[in-house]
Amino acid sequence: MPLQSLDIVRRSATTQPPPGVRAAASPSVAKLIDTSKCIGCKACQVACMEWNDLRDGIGTNVGVYDNPPDLTDQSWTVMRFSEYENPSGNLEWLIRKDGCMHCQDPGCLKACPAPGAIVQYANGIVDFQEENCIGCGYCIAGCPFNIPRISRRDHKAYKCTLCSDRVAVGLEPACIKACPTGALVFGTKEDMIQHAAERVQDLKSRGFEQAALYDPQGVEGTHVMYVLHHGDQPELYSDLPKDPRISPTVRLWKGIAKPIGLALMGFAALTGFLHYVRVGPNETTERDEEAAAEARKRTEEQTKRPAPPETRPPGPGKQS
Amino acid sequence: MTEITRRQFLTVSAASLAGSSLALLGFSPTTALAEVREFKLARATETRNTCPYCAVACGVIMYSWGDRAQNATSSIFHIEGDPDHPVNRGTLCPKGAGLIDFIHSPDRLHYPQYRAPGSDRWGRISWDDALGRLAKLMKADRDANFVTRTPDGLTVNRWLTTGMLAASASSSEVGYLTHKVIRSLGILSFDNQARV
Amino acid sequence: MTNHWVDIKNADVILCMGGNSAEAHPCGFKWVTEAKAHNKARLVVVDPRFTRTASVADVYAPIRSGSDIAFLGGLINYLLTHERIQQEYVRNYTDATFLVRDDFAFEQGLFSGYDAEKHGYDRSSWNYQIGADGYVKTDPTLAHPRCVYQLMKQHYARYTPEMVERVCGTPQAKFLQIAELIASTSTPIRSMTIMYALGWTQHSVGSQMIRAGAMVQLLLGNIGVAGGGMNALRGHSNIQGLTDLGLMSNLLTGYMTLPNESEQDYAKYVAKRTFKPLRPNQLSYWQNFDKFFVSFMKAWWGDAATAENHWGYEYLPKLDKSYDMLQTFELMAQGKMNGFICQGFNPIGAAPSKAKINAGLAKLKFLVVMDPLATETSEFWRNFGEHNDVDPKQIPTEVFRLPTQCFAEEDGSLVNSSRWLQWHWKGQNPPGEARTDLQIMGELYERIRTLYVAEGGAYPDPIVKLSWPYLNPRSPSAEELAREYSGKALKDLADPENPGHVTRKAGEQLAGFAELRNDGSTASGCWIYCGAWGPTGNLMTRRDNSDPTGLGETLDWAFAWPANRRIMYNRASCDPSGKPFNPDRKVIAWNGHAWTGADVPDYKVDENPSLGMGPFIMNAEGVARFFAKDNLVEGPFPVHYEPLETPLAANPFSPQQPLALNNPAARVFKDDRQAFGKADRFPHIGTTYRLTEHFHFWTKHCRLNSILQPEQFVEIGEALAGELGVKAGDRVKVESNRGYIKAVAVVTKRLKPLQVAGKTVHHVGIPIHWGFTGLAKPGYMANTLTPSVGDANSQTPEFKSFLVRVEKL
Repeated sequence: MPLQSLDIVRRSATTQPPPGVRAAASPSVAKLIDTSKCIGCKACQVACMEWNDLRDGIGTNVGVYDNPPDLTDQSWTVMRFSEYENPSGNLEWLIRKDGCMHCQDPGCLKACPAPGAIVQYANGIVDFQEENCIGCGYCIAGCPFNIPRISRRDHKAYKCTLCSDRVAVGLEPACIKACPTGALVFGTKEDMIQHAAERVQDLKSRGFEQAALYDPQGVEGTHVMYVLHHGDQPELYSDLPKDPRISPTVRLWKGIAKPIGLALMGFAALTGFLHYVRVGPNETTERDEEAAAEARKRTEEQTKRPAPPETRPPGPGKQS
Repeated sequence: MTEITRRQFLTVSAASLAGSSLALLGFSPTTALAEVREFKLARATETRNTCPYCAVACGVIMYSWGDRAQNATSSIFHIEGDPDHPVNRGTLCPKGAGLIDFIHSPDRLHYPQYRAPGSDRWGRISWDDALGRLAKLMKADRDANFVTRTPDGLTVNRWLTTGMLAASASSSEVGYLTHKVIRSLGILSFDNQARV
Repeated sequence: MTNHWVDIKNADVILCMGGNSAEAHPCGFKWVTEAKAHNKARLVVVDPRFTRTASVADVYAPIRSGSDIAFLGGLINYLLTHERIQQEYVRNYTDATFLVRDDFAFEQGLFSGYDAEKHGYDRSSWNYQIGADGYVKTDPTLAHPRCVYQLMKQHYARYTPEMVERVCGTPQAKFLQIAELIASTSTPIRSMTIMYALGWTQHSVGSQMIRAGAMVQLLLGNIGVAGGGMNALRGHSNIQGLTDLGLMSNLLTGYMTLPNESEQDYAKYVAKRTFKPLRPNQLSYWQNFDKFFVSFMKAWWGDAATAENHWGYEYLPKLDKSYDMLQTFELMAQGKMNGFICQGFNPIGAAPSKAKINAGLAKLKFLVVMDPLATETSEFWRNFGEHNDVDPKQIPTEVFRLPTQCFAEEDGSLVNSSRWLQWHWKGQNPPGEARTDLQIMGELYERIRTLYVAEGGAYPDPIVKLSWPYLNPRSPSAEELAREYSGKALKDLADPENPGHVTRKAGEQLAGFAELRNDGSTASGCWIYCGAWGPTGNLMTRRDNSDPTGLGETLDWAFAWPANRRIMYNRASCDPSGKPFNPDRKVIAWNGHAWTGADVPDYKVDENPSLGMGPFIMNAEGVARFFAKDNLVEGPFPVHYEPLETPLAANPFSPQQPLALNNPAARVFKDDRQAFGKADRFPHIGTTYRLTEHFHFWTKHCRLNSILQPEQFVEIGEALAGELGVKAGDRVKVESNRGYIKAVAVVTKRLKPLQVAGKTVHHVGIPIHWGFTGLAKPGYMANTLTPSVGDANSQTPEFKSFLVRVEKL
């Protein structure tokens, strides 16, 4: 069984509890992206494609440095460039590596209706299991950062795995290893927070008074974090959301799922697939209950369902 | 546990109120178990090399199929930075990180080619014919145009009608041998990429 | 580099000017981010474009392309007038105290001795005053009006902050902010590194830009110290090695130069290169020239090189002029060349004025291309529509395309810009029938030699007598060649101090160039590499990365020339008594009887500092030169001259002297001058460069890199785009007097119009990486646009500043 490599704490659309006897072998991990050290070289993009055996199409230039211009099933990370003239009249070229944030409370996993298509490991990595994916695109709607992409080739959702295959054998992700300037670092989340604090101090000494760590609490923190020179204005960095949260629609979804599921237990028993229904210890039961209560008040919302995007969905900033 | 196909799953899914979470049915098919991708370097052969692009000269590790047994033909399938290298410490830039696509570029040349005067296409040529003809062309040009002495009697021993531009990404040994050969012929029009 | 990549972490200030290291050398640039993160270093970027290097800078200043000497002259003036110099260093380790001849003069942009007709100088007045004792006269007080210090001060007095702004377009406040930051490193304990590359070399005054940078560093005492130096980042993986090995028209190995035709006499050839000390008790290491030269000739011609035939001096071709690449393509365009070999070099992409290169190649009888990839040069005769619109029927050139190995398919060494010789190993065979360069060059030579032995021909001696001791003569091995260029004893070598004792047995590898002899008893193909494969084996394979001092010298990693030294001129990191200027960054020090420390001393190891030997032991002066004497063709002090194609009508520093508008000593061929454009038709400044996503013209053949930057583009500022009605993503035509390209427009805030001498000037950024072969979208060769003129000393083409016109399509 594959659970040998990384212990799973959550699975999409599954309430069968994961094995819970072992203490997590690896602590919570994090990737820290220091935008103040990033030179936008795209080594991370290449390392990602190279390691994961992905090759995006050779596109065109649309008048900017961003290429490919957006995340795709083949490009799990892209650099986003924005030119910003600060109040003192100096130009800043703010470059942000975009990709999965590996939320502690992953909206994609919550939204996913396919059992085991999205899992979260004990170390915090949120991983897609494409063989279980049904290509419905709910993960995209569930993601407050607009990350997953459905492949035109096999109609399954893809995104950064945080190189779970490398992490599983004790290596850092491919992008981390490649990053020439050390803008990307990887370690325990605790160490990364410590590292970020030193970087923030350095940036403050260089006049960036609002420098800060980006570890948004609306999704209970992320396993990919940023150091921003302008911590008070994350939206300057190509619309990085200021306060990302899982879309209320998705939360609603999760909320109504439970009562409906319970109502259908009899049906399930007849089909012979009955298992004891129990919410896993790490599931956010309370929130589900709250959402369910909210749902009861707004029953008209019941049939509403987010549609998978056809092209690029609205920017994550607008979803927050 | 009973296997469930995607079709069956979708049927069940539809039956259970259009995609309502099957989680709450306690339903967990075996295919739903997570599996990280197999670590692809497990028994690959490692070879140390140096990135051929810029002059930072990052250390790289090339991973190839085959354990160098006689019957195994090595083929490199992955390259990453050498963490022991004092300069790059395992990192690579977007060029170095993509080296595998240089080695296996569809534009790599596989055999000698010859383009005849006025022709609009390549033809194949054997190494023997190519180097044989080239040696003759070079000797004929050298013998016809070699300058032993200038009109005012200075010994100069130079050949000016053939020239060469040498690489500056080839190894020092290639450069050394190339210089030795070219200078022994008396060629002066001889530069490398350092000129630009 | 005088220093090396890891050493950048020791810097307090980093000046990136004339280079864009974050994009061109990202993994080396890591040491800039390390210096910032762990040494509180400040990064200063001066560049016409706000680059990705600028994106992480503490201070960025724009500058008009080609005006760097005005900026650096402004810095020199600032440091001198504010007395922000490292006094002890300048007095003791430079020629500041040296007196210059009275007939040396500078007026209205021209130095003494100018001949307008010859477009060059009689340089005899550009020299020191020599005393009766044969040594240079000096004034230790620096007060003498003819001392270098005073002449320099006078020369740069005109380079005021106002003039910097007027000529460079750099706002005065930014210039002063940067000058102050740089001046902070004049204290003995602070250091600045300068990182430059093609942004300085690719100008008609490129060598002088680099000199001006070096002068700033000498005033600040930043040469020879940890975290200091003049650091040429260098382009290709072995551009350093191939230059060290002398693969240039006028060189032999190890920076020995080929004889000129006037040097018929061997003794005079040697004497001219054997520098006699210009001050008492100076080492002047080039005094050993004949040891290097004789050992070199023995490596190449073996037993045929004898004392009687002056070690085969006649075998060497003699120069009548420079045969650099621009000269070669001029000769080709004139139809004076018949054959040409391109080994891993794509001149249609890399050389200026594509039309001229194309025309020249079409006049050849035969062209040979050795390359792993299908280059444009190999297909110059083929029609690729608008990107290479030629008629193959009209091109009579025979073309041979020979497939070679790539790096992954060979053993061998490469020399990086830190001067490290690092060995690499083969991981797979070359594809198909492809062969190694060693096999191709080896077999080609063998076949030519066989023909000469059988048939005779023009002067066969240097060919048939060439030493060729390789086990497989058609395929010499990398190991054999590495041993040969490193060097060995040909006879038992007796210890000169103790003649009964043999220091090296015949056949044994030598440990270093100090063992070389001038009597034919040693052979070394490249003296500066001597010891790389020493008596203990191949030091280039060493992989011990330990760094006991934390300064990053890693002496047991690979081999650095010369003599495994990591920081050149490191004696200058200590005060005259031998104490480190900065005790926290102790590179070497005098311990009472020897020089020791973290690095290999660049000095005589047992030389007591009280004896006054200078730290610059390769110079006859023993010290570093502010005054270049006659070593550069356009003058001993750098002067601002306009690019050959300039938006200005006059040189703002010497508006009355039209001869001083551009480099007065530039070599311009007649047809190339005709092809220059003027600002009335071509009002914008074009500048070419590389992007971090690509490497020259190679990576457009790699899918991963083609994904990152798939299509040719040019960059224009928002102001110019507004004038032209161009939006990001529109197609534009960029035209010079030599041709045009069409590309997508990237419209950006990162290129700002500059106010220069009362005019508004716009730059147009032209990345070079596309062409008509490869996986990326087909494009035009950027060098369709560039002028065929080089730096007056190095003949490196002026790719960084020329005139174009941009139009919306």
